[in-house]
Amino acid sequence: MITVHIQYFAILREQRGLARETLATPAPTAVALYEELRARHGFTLPPDRVRAAINEEFVAWDTPLREGQSVVFIPPVAGG
Amino acid sequence: MFRISAEPLDPAALQRTLADTHAGACVTFEGWVRDHNEGHPVLALDYEAYAPLAEKEGARILAEARAKFAIRGAVCVHRVGALNLGDLAVWVGVTAAHRGAAFDACRYLIDETKARAPIWKKEHYADSATAWINCATRGDHADRVKI
Repeated sequence: MITVHIQYFAILREQRGLARETLATPAPTAVALYEELRARHGFTLPPDRVRAAINEEFVAWDTPLREGQSVVFIPPVAGG
Repeated sequence: MFRISAEPLDPAALQRTLADTHAGACVTFEGWVRDHNEGHPVLALDYEAYAPLAEKEGARILAEARAKFAIRGAVCVHRVGALNLGDLAVWVGVTAAHRGAAFDACRYLIDETKARAPIWKKEHYADSATAWINCATRGDHADRVKI
């Protein structure tokens, strides 16, 4: 298990019911963590509609997670 | 400069930051909160952003514009928070020696910002429903999910 810090935005923040949490997870990758959370909290967006960011940079879904990282899942954006 | 702002934007002040006697053109774009989207009356919008990454991605977009177009200065500022109809949501300004590059770069900056920056928009409708734009996973409206 590793501990990661997760921030939620927009639809994911509402579906999770909070903006941030620190979590112990067995997930080896960003996508595994998203699937774990999606199963637990009923996120409607499938992984192919979401991007991952670790420590304030976009990363590929199969990026390994490491202890203490900051993880953000990016739902489809809509600025402007 | 690319910035996320929780405070109202001041176009005149932003434009003054671009003052440059080598520039012969200044093109600006203002994105305003509109009262409708795809036939639905809209009353207000909430914007939120993952600001650290939005500003990093914005800096990359600005660097791309500088590489692609012969521009001198470029600024993009995007609001977050609760906005009302008519409020200024995003301001883009570009200066260049000649107008062609300024127009092209301004268009590039707003298009790429909309497509790439981690910024989200929630619309509030007249029937009390709300929707995160582009977040639908099914249904008739490909780009909305009502909550």
